[in-house]
Amino acid sequence: MNRIPVVAVSVGMATGIYAVSFGALGVTAGLSILETMLLSLLMFSGASQFAFVGVVATGGMAAIPTAIASAWLLGVRNGFYALRMAPVLGMPGIAKVLSAQLTIDESTAVATAQSSPSGERRGFWWTGISVFVFWNLMTLAGAVLGDQIGDPANYGLDSAAAAAFLGLVWPRLNSNLYRLIGVSALVLAVSTSAFVPAGVPVLLGAAVAAVIQYWGKR
Amino acid sequence: MTLAVIAASIAVFSWKFLGYLVPERYVANPRFKQLADAITVGLLSALVGIQGFTSDSQFTIDSRLPALILAAVLLYFRMPFIVVIAGAAAFSAAIRMFI
Repeated sequence: MNRIPVVAVSVGMATGIYAVSFGALGVTAGLSILETMLLSLLMFSGASQFAFVGVVATGGMAAIPTAIASAWLLGVRNGFYALRMAPVLGMPGIAKVLSAQLTIDESTAVATAQSSPSGERRGFWWTGISVFVFWNLMTLAGAVLGDQIGDPANYGLDSAAAAAFLGLVWPRLNSNLYRLIGVSALVLAVSTSAFVPAGVPVLLGAAVAAVIQYWGKR
Repeated sequence: MTLAVIAASIAVFSWKFLGYLVPERYVANPRFKQLADAITVGLLSALVGIQGFTSDSQFTIDSRLPALILAAVLLYFRMPFIVVIAGAAAFSAAIRMFI
């Protein structure tokens, strides 16, 4: 029974280290420390946060609409996690806001790995709270650090962000259709980036994915 | 920019909250789930491309490429996420330092 807190804290610490690079990238993308922190506190969804600062870093203020759209589209999977967790957690009324905010990859993954409904609830809350605490503390550390260190590329933080996206998509490339979608989206995004406003190449990646999925399933 | 951050956060939160409001039977359509999965793969792959192979919207090959190759090798051998990220960052920083 005591394994859940141990798993929850180690998952929290692991994502915390990743949050340092988010914090540093946020301030070097032009956000203030406060804005970077708001993303971790309010958005609290790694891929969406990295996408938002990534698009803002390349496009500045003009890219804000596409930055919001990219973050929003990347958050859709949390909706499926919420569907999965809703009957297990059974939160009443406004308390759903709490469980909703903690509904992310990690909390759902640890919860669904448990074998009983009470285990799933414990897994969800322990992991959700643990990740939330570490994620925000380490974002703050990264944002303060990022203000001091100068060019994040000297520390390989630009590579860390690219590797983070690769790590997020990797387990999903489990079929030829998804591998085709991945390669097509990557090539399309890179090849169009010089010709369309910043952020749009990422949305084109989403569009080509929908088209290939449609034709592939016919 | 602060307003944009808050707006984007509300947009992302809307999915999480919606999932708790909607009875599952209305969205259990497998085609919708498949489409959402495919779009997630497309978005993340495009972000790998933009973050890994462009600088100021121009196609660029630099130390991020070997770092991404190392990340792919580490992922292939099922290394933990944090090892992959730290490995890629350290490799990229080392290349920039020595070359």
